Amino acid sequence: MLENYYPLLVILSIAVFLGFLVVALGVLFGPRRPTARKGAPYESGMVPYGEGRRRISVRYYLIAVLFILFDIEIVFFLPWAVVLRQLGVEGLIGMFLFVGVLLVGFVYVWKKGALEWE
Amino acid sequence: MLLSEVSLHDPVFRLAPLVIFLPLAGVILNLLIGRRLGELGAGLIACLAGAGAFAVSAALAFGLKSSPEGAIVLIWRWFQVGNLDLNWSLKVDTLSVTMMLVVSGVGTLIHIYATRYMHSDVRHHHEPGRYTRFFVFFNLFLAAMMVLVSADNFLMLFVGWEGVGLCSYLLIGFWFEGGEGGLGNARAAKKAFVVNRIGDFGLLIAIFIMLGAFGSLEFSRVFAAAPAVTATAPGVVLAITLFMLLGVTGKSAQLPLFVWLPDAMAGPTPVSALIHAATMVTAGVYLVARSQPLFVQAPLAADVVLWVGAITALFAGTIAVGQYDIKKVLAYSTISQLGFMVAAVGMGAVVAGMFHLITHAFFKALLFLAAGSVILALEEADHGHDLQDAQDMRVMGGLRSRLPVTFWTFLIGALALSGLVPLAGFFSKDEILVAAQQKSPAVFIILLAAAFLTAFYMARQVFLVFFGRPRSGAAEHARENPPLITVPLIALALLSIFGGVLNLPGVHTLEHWLEHSLNVTPAKFVLWIALVSLAVLAAAVTLAWLLYGRKPRATAREADPLAARLGGLYRALEARWKVDEFYSWLVVRPFERAAEFLSSIFDLKLINGLGDGLGALVQSLSTAASRIQNGFVRSYTLVFLVGVTAILAYLLLR
Amino acid sequence: MNSDLLTILLPTLALTGWALLLLLVDLWIPREHKGITAVLAAAGLAAALGLTLSQGRLPAMTDSTVMVISDGYALFLDVLFLASGLAGVALAHEYLKRANIANGEYYALLLFSVAGMMLMAHAYNLILIFLALELLSIPLYILSGINRPRLESEESALKYFLLGAFSSGFVLYGTALIYGATARTDLPGIFAALQSAPVNPVIFILGAVLLLVGLAYKVSAVPFHMWTPDVYEGAPTPVTGFMAVAVKAAGFAVLGRILMAAFPTVGKDLTPILWALAALTMLVGNLAAITQKSIKRMLAYSSIAHAGYLLMALVPFSNRLVNSDVQASLLFYLVAYALTGLGAWAVVTALEKQNGDGLKLEDYAGLGKSHPWLALAMTVFMLSFTGIPLTLGFWGKFYLFRTAIEGGFTLLAVIGVVTSLISAYYYLRVLMYMYMRAGSPSVERAPWLQVTAVAAALAVVLISFIPNVLLNLAGNSLLLLP
Repeated sequence: MLENYYPLLVILSIAVFLGFLVVALGVLFGPRRPTARKGAPYESGMVPYGEGRRRISVRYYLIAVLFILFDIEIVFFLPWAVVLRQLGVEGLIGMFLFVGVLLVGFVYVWKKGALEWE
Repeated sequence: MLLSEVSLHDPVFRLAPLVIFLPLAGVILNLLIGRRLGELGAGLIACLAGAGAFAVSAALAFGLKSSPEGAIVLIWRWFQVGNLDLNWSLKVDTLSVTMMLVVSGVGTLIHIYATRYMHSDVRHHHEPGRYTRFFVFFNLFLAAMMVLVSADNFLMLFVGWEGVGLCSYLLIGFWFEGGEGGLGNARAAKKAFVVNRIGDFGLLIAIFIMLGAFGSLEFSRVFAAAPAVTATAPGVVLAITLFMLLGVTGKSAQLPLFVWLPDAMAGPTPVSALIHAATMVTAGVYLVARSQPLFVQAPLAADVVLWVGAITALFAGTIAVGQYDIKKVLAYSTISQLGFMVAAVGMGAVVAGMFHLITHAFFKALLFLAAGSVILALEEADHGHDLQDAQDMRVMGGLRSRLPVTFWTFLIGALALSGLVPLAGFFSKDEILVAAQQKSPAVFIILLAAAFLTAFYMARQVFLVFFGRPRSGAAEHARENPPLITVPLIALALLSIFGGVLNLPGVHTLEHWLEHSLNVTPAKFVLWIALVSLAVLAAAVTLAWLLYGRKPRATAREADPLAARLGGLYRALEARWKVDEFYSWLVVRPFERAAEFLSSIFDLKLINGLGDGLGALVQSLSTAASRIQNGFVRSYTLVFLVGVTAILAYLLLR
Repeated sequence: MNSDLLTILLPTLALTGWALLLLLVDLWIPREHKGITAVLAAAGLAAALGLTLSQGRLPAMTDSTVMVISDGYALFLDVLFLASGLAGVALAHEYLKRANIANGEYYALLLFSVAGMMLMAHAYNLILIFLALELLSIPLYILSGINRPRLESEESALKYFLLGAFSSGFVLYGTALIYGATARTDLPGIFAALQSAPVNPVIFILGAVLLLVGLAYKVSAVPFHMWTPDVYEGAPTPVTGFMAVAVKAAGFAVLGRILMAAFPTVGKDLTPILWALAALTMLVGNLAAITQKSIKRMLAYSSIAHAGYLLMALVPFSNRLVNSDVQASLLFYLVAYALTGLGAWAVVTALEKQNGDGLKLEDYAGLGKSHPWLALAMTVFMLSFTGIPLTLGFWGKFYLFRTAIEGGFTLLAVIGVVTSLISAYYYLRVLMYMYMRAGSPSVERAPWLQVTAVAAALAVVLISFIPNVLLNLAGNSLLLLP
């Protein structure tokens, strides 16, 4: 049974081998003359200033999470719309329930003030 | 109360549980409010509980008259394990009701007596607060004894058996701080408990074997199946009956386990009368009588019972001759008489055994109570506190005129015990002797010798206590006790006189009564045996008169006249054949030494060391286990992965 | 529409709908009156309980898509979950006020979690099992962190979430592998495939083991237990109590279902693994509990140890002869453990202070004098945990050991007895503190906690007199076998 997976194994081995090969070639044949400039973090050609990490308001995350939630709702809607005729009334009711649950979440989020940006 | 009936022919049988619950109610009432009610109230409650139980027993007896096949009264389903279905139910038949009547009847009289006796006793011991406690224990004993005799299965019987054992222990040690060195009474109680435990162990093993072989503990089922089981495995019933016998020797104080009963006299006198003479110690006789269908299947065991009883009867009789303690004489006499009963049931003369059980309950209770009356009188008259031991017969003497009621009742009891026609003891003892003569001449001779000794030591006791001149100041000033003491004596004396009516030759009331519950062989009256036993009685009394009556002992210190004539033999009797010392050498001392070794060397060094070591090991393991718990999610994940890897590795390498 | 599906899931769906409504309604309930939310939540749970009980006469059945099942096993567990949910509400109400975290979300989340558990009991398909697992877990991740300003609570939530996600991966991977091997995700289908179709044994066993590992994490079996002490200690105490009892029961519910309905033919491969897990869990749980100073942590390890005992019941799962014993002893022990555990956590909650103090063993010193009834209840729970007669815990262990011995795993039963003996040390130490050390513990005035504790103690003692009734109930609640 496992022999069915033989081609997979071959591809995996080739990929691993190639990965090693490319890095090894670079190490073997590339010239190396390190300077301080070259060792500095790359910042699109600009001289870096300040800290690398920056504090971002937690609201971004909150909005981002909510965005993803409703985004996924859309992702659900699309295939559903395509096969809606086959699913019939059952599919319609199902989607209404789904949206209903999401709506409850929406109302909750709204009322809690998560959508306000002072 | 959950009352449902299996087979109740007569509604009066519904009352049966009351024989247990009335005394129990007495216990609870006295526990809760007895102390507040005072002596009168507490005593009244206890007596009423006993009298109520007696009334119920009498009602049951009347019910049995019309429907003698009896009934089984279910109180509640106890438990069900596998095929074993045990109920808490009462067997109401002629045998159990007979026992109930004896227990509650004699018990009530002794309760009444005790209300007065304990009044003095608690004051004598400067512990008036313990009055209520005594009656709590006493009623508890009644309840437990009722459980024992009314059980319809062996487990319930065992519960009662242990219950009376507990009460016996509690009451022997009632004055637990008293006795020799402040430990004597406690030691006596402990001894009774431990020795009884050996017997109980036997009974328990018998019950276990029974459970294995019969799959049931109910009397009716076990007895019905006994012939079939004997046919396939004869050894089983033999083993059951022999182990049962071990229980009997414990509870009914037979050889070799009789040693606890004399010590049990440390308890207050009503206790000796009720528990250690009239009722509890006869439980063994009752057990053998009840298990008659089993003993029929095991003739060998029945023979062993017979011989144990006969030898005990003689052996204890000899010891009684050499005792000076008024209660110890009676104790050994009890053992001896129990031997008669055990021998009777062993030879199949169950009715005779039960008959003697009843009459003995009358006159031995009477004797103990009368002895108690003597002791009480002496203690009350002992104003100078110069009496070393109020139970020593050597300090008595001449009490005939000073305690007339006590004297006459004691005399009646003694004569009834000795078997003077037409007192109760004559008929019951005669029946046993006739049965013995038919069974085996050797047993007949032994029992006759025991009867001779009985008459002799009783006559000796009467002469020592009541005749001659007072040998102490207390005896000199002794006065008769109040009616609360003497009325029960008179009642019991009447019962001792007329008790023989129960099973008169030719009428056989008891026999026809019991034949509904037991397999009876009709008793015969043989004139020559009656004459021989009367002749033996006459000889014994004459001998006693020659030794003790003709020239009464003058002082307390004098040696016994028998001592000079019998020499070493008498000293052996006086020392009770050194049975206690023998047991101590054989069992107690080695046991103590082993315990000493186990406790000081084995337990302290080895086991404790092992325990400490294990504890330390567990502690360190525990510390190690919680050290991995370092709080980092990464190490938790690592452990998780190690676990998965280990499982996969196992699957791969297996 | 699949009407069987609706019938079977009616209580679960009703509870879910109620939880959604509660979430909305709570928005308009002022903070001082969150008691209303608690009452509403309790009413919802009670209504679901009524619905479940009314389904008692329903015949054992699955729906046409073989997604869910309704049988005695599921109904029995439903009742257990809903009752635990009610206890969870009773435990929380006063605590939340005291800790100043009276959020209505607590109740809605609790209800969601209970719905997830019920779905778990009814799930008959690996996909649905995964969904139910998530539905029950995600609310708990939040609940662990609901005491937000406190660092321990946040830490607890984060750890629980991270490791929970990690283990969910295992469940999912296992499901995928099993599907790869058998082309089925419904349990009877897997069972049938194992018997007839050619199945790659390596892939299948790998999948089964990974699934097992994922669920072993949920019931905190050693060595997948590491999260338990930290999470239990950090989470708000009522949440911990609910988790320790209900989540464990749900995990075992689905573990028993999968093992007995889908995997009975691979017992040869899985039994040794379960054996080792059970033995390790009993040993490590009990040993580690000994050195704990905090009662919460001690009870956390104790819950690990009890997972070991419960696992022991499942070890002979493939032996059809003792199958009914396996189920009966498992369900019986779950009830015994639930009653004892909820009661014990109620006592712990009652003694906890606003700032999180009062959780050390020393804080229990003198409780026997100052609060005799509470101490007596705690005594009952500790004795029941140890397995001492006259408590339900004794019978639970008794039946458990009997099942193990009848299944032929005497050594495991011996380990169980020995570890129970070890456990006496730390359980009885609580009694020692309560009765033999002097102290003046202060107990929060919390009538519902006391009611829960005393009722649980009464049940633990009283039911122990009629264990057959409960055992028969558990024994008759058999799961439908394919």
